[in-house]
Amino acid sequence: MNYNSSSIPAIQAESLTKEFGDFTAVDAITFQVEKGEIFGFLGANGAGKTTAIRMLCGLLQPTSGSATVAGFDVFTQPEEIKKNIGYMSQRFSLYEDLTVKENIRFYGGIYGLSNEAIKEKTGILLERLKLHNEAGSLVKRLPLGWKQKLAFSVSLIHDPAIVFLDEPTGGVDPVTRRQFWEMIYETAYGGVTIFVTTHYMDEAEYCHRISIMVNGKIVALGPPSGLKNKLNADSMNQVFLKLVRQS
Amino acid sequence: MSVFFSFIKKESRHIIRDKRTLLILFGMPLIMIILFGYAIRNDIGNSKIVVVDEAHDPYSAQLIAEINASKYFEVSRIVGNEASLNHEFQQEKAAIAIIIPPDFSHRLLHLKTAQVRLVADASDPNTATILINYATAIVHQFQQRLFPSAAISLYIQPEIRMLYNPAMKSVYGFVPGVMTLILMLVSAMMTAITIVKEKETGTMEVLLASPLQPPLIVLGKITPYILLSFINALLILGFGILLFQVPMRGSWFLLLAECVLFTLTALSLGILISTTTSNQQTAMMLSLGGLLMPTVLLSGFIFPLKSMPVILQWFANVIPAKWFIIILKNIMIKGAGWHEVWAETGILSAMTVFFVIISIKKFKTRLS
Repeated sequence: MNYNSSSIPAIQAESLTKEFGDFTAVDAITFQVEKGEIFGFLGANGAGKTTAIRMLCGLLQPTSGSATVAGFDVFTQPEEIKKNIGYMSQRFSLYEDLTVKENIRFYGGIYGLSNEAIKEKTGILLERLKLHNEAGSLVKRLPLGWKQKLAFSVSLIHDPAIVFLDEPTGGVDPVTRRQFWEMIYETAYGGVTIFVTTHYMDEAEYCHRISIMVNGKIVALGPPSGLKNKLNADSMNQVFLKLVRQS
Repeated sequence: MSVFFSFIKKESRHIIRDKRTLLILFGMPLIMIILFGYAIRNDIGNSKIVVVDEAHDPYSAQLIAEINASKYFEVSRIVGNEASLNHEFQQEKAAIAIIIPPDFSHRLLHLKTAQVRLVADASDPNTATILINYATAIVHQFQQRLFPSAAISLYIQPEIRMLYNPAMKSVYGFVPGVMTLILMLVSAMMTAITIVKEKETGTMEVLLASPLQPPLIVLGKITPYILLSFINALLILGFGILLFQVPMRGSWFLLLAECVLFTLTALSLGILISTTTSNQQTAMMLSLGGLLMPTVLLSGFIFPLKSMPVILQWFANVIPAKWFIIILKNIMIKGAGWHEVWAETGILSAMTVFFVIISIKKFKTRLS
């Protein structure tokens, strides 16, 4: 079964649940993400977003339910999933004491890319980010916005089918956020599925579809315009507040 | 394999670019070995002795000369009576005093039993005991020279031989001790910190989300430290042997193999610590309190285990450093071979396996 040529959805989750002792962090969430879609995964802090992402990335074993990512089962094929996804964590995930080039090489290396492939990718990546002059400088000397863009590009180095971005724009200025989203669009246009969490409600408008999580449950799911109509709200911010107050 | 290699390359860059790590890795052994080799030693030489010479005759003069000539003592003052003695001790002018009574020569020649009194500053009991022993020995020598056979015919004269370390150099004991300490420090603390650092910065999550297997991640992180520990061990051995003339009487191969084993023990402890915390500070405190303190205090490195309460002696048995120091001393100083150290080696190996199993279990539970 080949994911690329098939009509399998990028992500399919069915009553996916994670319990930590008595606490249900993720409570039977069901949703589907199509190939090439930009899917916004919204929710307040502690709503269960990160736990859900970790299950989908094969970092955390779900308690019950079922889910496939790129056609692979999260229970039985976490290793296959890991080869086919990119992951950018909430916290900045590059090594500050390595140079830009060394970071790219390292991440290319751990995904098993050949030296030639890494060299080629490095060239393309530096060109795209216009970072050629900074290739040899330590990552810690770069401004935060550049770091985030670099981290995103590095998470794509092995051409994953799906990329998970966990609050990628935290603490970044509005201009850079805008540029970042342009990169996301470009990537999605290239056929990569984007699964992104954020708590900036203006960013939610950029997504094709969004889901909103409250207390471990998905309480709303659909395109931003549809959700606004349904809840009689002018902005995503209002949508979010109304949903949170309801529950 | 190339995955593993790129991991090691990255890890080495971390180490090389972190000045503090480098300082701990290579500065610490250097400082310790020099401190212990030159400065901190419990050999006693040229201690100040005050002589209370109430006799003032040729024999007492001869005894004083003999004391002064020994390398252990240096006569700081000769006084006529013992009135000021307490004062001398308090002012640290004397560590020990010898009192020669007025009738010294008279009794020596006519009664054949003379007395001298030795007074030592026992606020430092170990030193006091050693000084008293040295002084007693000098007095014995003196009397033997005066009366070659007759006077002491009824004594049992023990003949003492200090095996393996005839000069009683304390540096013999320090080199194995420092080596143990450094290997523990580098291997356990540094690996714990380096693994926890990845958790703290969030890069561990990205590594775990990659196709890399967790054991490979850990192995990739610790391999450079295994190499560094080994280099460190060689460095300390080199210093000990070339600079301080510590003997190496056993097999080099066995010694180095034991070093590798202990490095693995320490690494497994470091990994174990790294599974319990995700904070560098905590990892450091755990390593210092949980590993270094017992290594210094309860391994027999500085304080002899034999003189400790029984409970502490039992406790010392679970400290890997104790066994490693025994092994090192046996091989280096006594020239022991595999037959003499297999039991200790077995204990260390068992401990290592035990720690590795626990860390694997802990690492797994952290992931699920």
